[in-house]
Amino acid sequence: MTLPPYAGLLGVTLELVDGVPEIVMPFGHHVVGRPGYLQGGAIAGLLEVAAVAAVRHALAAETARIKPINATVDFMRGGRDHVTRAAGEITRLGARIATVTAVAWQDNRTRPIATARMNYLIERATG
Amino acid sequence: MDWDPTAMARYLLETPSVAGHGGRLGQRYHAHGVGWIEVAQPWHEDLVGDEETGIIASGPIIALMDVATSLAVWHRCATFVAHATLDLRIDYLRPARPRQIVIGRGECLRVTRSIAFTRGIAHDGDPADPIAQVAATFMATAGNYPRVAA
Repeated sequence: MTLPPYAGLLGVTLELVDGVPEIVMPFGHHVVGRPGYLQGGAIAGLLEVAAVAAVRHALAAETARIKPINATVDFMRGGRDHVTRAAGEITRLGARIATVTAVAWQDNRTRPIATARMNYLIERATG
Repeated sequence: MDWDPTAMARYLLETPSVAGHGGRLGQRYHAHGVGWIEVAQPWHEDLVGDEETGIIASGPIIALMDVATSLAVWHRCATFVAHATLDLRIDYLRPARPRQIVIGRGECLRVTRSIAFTRGIAHDGDPADPIAQVAATFMATAGNYPRVAA
């Protein structure tokens, strides 16, 4: 799986943890909002990359376009000067719509800094 | 202290030592009026989410709208207030045109002691044909928002 150019701007990499994709984002000035904290947009971008990676992973070898319909992001804690990880979990993968919940955390996955619910339109390549 | 939304937006987005993520994305002040403020996101290859189409990823659009709606709260309060985004909802109404500048417009609907409610749109030239609409809420993180006339 290759990540888009925007993932390079964020400075994120993909790791497979027990076969499940996780997106890893080191801290840096390029993702900072208020001093010492991650910008909400950078966290949302990380969640989006993780959600799309989860859909791609679920679609496996299938060729499909994945188009975002909407996203709702909740910010629970400030993102500090630590590595942030994010993973998407597919709530439902239908013929046309994928619903994904993505979680971003720093030291402890049970204490997320943000979560998001996203809907994607799946356009599968026709035969 | 006089409120100058242009100076505030430029300070946050165009001062290299301050403008972290917004600076990396290349965002800059665009315009403001009574009750609204706009931030510009020029197109760049680094922002692309889909290499086949060259369409900008959704992350930079959310970052743009987060900044535009945040500025809209300060614009309504006529002062800077330390706050954090509580949540943000975005609907992608249509794809952005590749290689086109995106404008994020934020409006603040109401400010209470602790919470500010906003909405916004992203467009690429015609505000009547938006790319996305958002609703975002913010919470004051150090004290309260000032009293603002309804």
